[in-house]
Amino acid sequence: MSTTRLAPHLAYRAKRHREVVTPEGIALPFTVASRSSRAGALLLDFVIMTVIGIIVTLVLIWMGAGLLGDGEDGSELGAAAEFVVVLWILFWFVLWNGYFMVLEMGPRGATFGKRAAGIRVASRDGGRLTPEAVIARNLLRDIELFTPLILMMIAPTGEAGLAGFAAMAWFLTFMLFPFFNKDAMRAGDLIAGTWVVEAPRTKLDHALSTEGAAKQGSSILTGAEYKFGDEELAVYGEYELQTLERVLRDGRPEALASVHEAICRKIGWNPGAGDERAFLEAFYSQLRARLEGNMRFGVRKKDKFDASG
Amino acid sequence: MKAPILNTLFDRNEVTPPADIEAAALRSDRFRLEREGEWQRLEEILARLEKGRLRKLSDEDVLALPALYRMAASSLAVARETSLDASTLSYLESLVQRAWFQVYGPRQGFFAWFRRFLSGGWSRAIREIWLDICIALAVMVAGTVTGWLLVARDQEWFFALIPAEFAGDRVPGASREALLRGLQAEEDTQGLSAFAAYLFSNNAGVSILAFALGFAFGVPSLMLLVHNMALLGAMLWLYHDAGLTVEFVGWLSVHGTTELFAILLAGAAGMHIGRKMAFPGNRSIMAAAAESGKRGALVMLGVVIMLIFAALLEAFPRQLLGMEGRYIVGIFMLLLWLAYFFAYRGRPAERSL
Repeated sequence: MSTTRLAPHLAYRAKRHREVVTPEGIALPFTVASRSSRAGALLLDFVIMTVIGIIVTLVLIWMGAGLLGDGEDGSELGAAAEFVVVLWILFWFVLWNGYFMVLEMGPRGATFGKRAAGIRVASRDGGRLTPEAVIARNLLRDIELFTPLILMMIAPTGEAGLAGFAAMAWFLTFMLFPFFNKDAMRAGDLIAGTWVVEAPRTKLDHALSTEGAAKQGSSILTGAEYKFGDEELAVYGEYELQTLERVLRDGRPEALASVHEAICRKIGWNPGAGDERAFLEAFYSQLRARLEGNMRFGVRKKDKFDASG
Repeated sequence: MKAPILNTLFDRNEVTPPADIEAAALRSDRFRLEREGEWQRLEEILARLEKGRLRKLSDEDVLALPALYRMAASSLAVARETSLDASTLSYLESLVQRAWFQVYGPRQGFFAWFRRFLSGGWSRAIREIWLDICIALAVMVAGTVTGWLLVARDQEWFFALIPAEFAGDRVPGASREALLRGLQAEEDTQGLSAFAAYLFSNNAGVSILAFALGFAFGVPSLMLLVHNMALLGAMLWLYHDAGLTVEFVGWLSVHGTTELFAILLAGAAGMHIGRKMAFPGNRSIMAAAAESGKRGALVMLGVVIMLIFAALLEAFPRQLLGMEGRYIVGIFMLLLWLAYFFAYRGRPAERSL
């Protein structure tokens, strides 16, 4: 019922939410990576590749120049310089085609750009990500990205005529493929049976109910005891509880003060000042105790609009 | 609470006792504090696995991983029903997800996979796309014949098919000597390895494009194949006209049997995906696309390997060997590939290859 009332960012997350049932029967949540984070990751990867490419090229030029300086004998020089050229050609081929493949085959399943964006490649059917799938998804990279870009530059000049426009339109369908399916798959993902999902690396935060007023129910600062009645706790649901949790963990004084005021207004208390944190900690732990207690009896209150609980 | 095996496993690597379980006011926080040591141990093992430091992992840790994973998974299931601590829930979700990727992740390294690819996976993938290979082969033969016939009827077609800068002095009416000069063996190896590297990266790029276009265009991409082979047919006619057929075929076959075969496979692999998506049988289109795409990827990895051979052959034996040597090498390579793809069965398939 409350999906219509969800905040836009939460609604967007809910839309990208997928569940895969593991062999243990646990429904493992996956969030399909947003298109913007994938674009950012791609951009970062190309920056990294370009930097690596330029550095190695400069090193090879430097090596080549060194060989030119040392070489006395003409044929020796030729062979050595040729070797450098061979290295350079092979290096570019391997960098251009191998960068994505090698990194995505690794245990993290992500390139450096994807790691920075907190996303990874995964197999869509819940099986393991095989090397052939990684190869397949990367073979199409060129026609999905560079061919359309080149055609977009050529076609409007009119040199290639009508065929140029037709080719551009056709290749644009590949470039825009991720925008036309709900899993944001590109054509390479389609033929490899993969998708890109969020891979968050969350740290375990401290337990809130072991500290301060959450534990004793009274403020260390003022000694005031905060006890809330059933009526007062019944106004809020899980959504508000978890918002309060975020506010407490962030601990920004302005946020604490305004939330404190809002809660007091809602439950009809007279908001004081100076002891907001203790008040909120006590309210948090008592609200959570109530909601979790109800949960054990199968009653869940989603948010303040939810009539149950 | 814990299974006995875990008690023994944890003996050595004692986890830090959680802060103060009794101090927690909430039941769900006590639940979490009791288990958090194990979660953190799992997280530490995962961090090492994700960095690829398998060697540094002790046997106990490797043995504990599945048990810790299951424990974290069951913690997640319990926490979902009893806890409203968003931070703990999101931590557990990410932990279980990461553990799942490692526990059900690749059980073999790339090199083990590559060994299996060479010993059966590659040739099996090629046998599985035999129909597409036949179609592509028919198209290539038809293209060559078309090129030959067009030029034989009207020599103007030669200039229409072959760009001037590519043809050089190899044009209709050129003297036999001029044509023959282009087919001669070189005297020394100067510049040949750079030539080989260039050929390889160029051809591999083109074949990857051919594969991708085969998928993107399907039938129209066959036209590309026809055009390219028509070029070959026109060249063939030119040398035939000058009475140099045998020399030209020898010059071409030394690497051409490998290179043309590789291009044939690349086109066929791309076409295979398009064909499977158009006619998926009784699977979903998505499943058919994924299955044929992986098969195509195996073929393409093979194509790149073949092109390495082709570039080496083109640069060295072709430029250095005489007529008989070129024929021997060319035919030998063709037989080698055919035997490897169609006669060699290798190890039986495992699930994923």
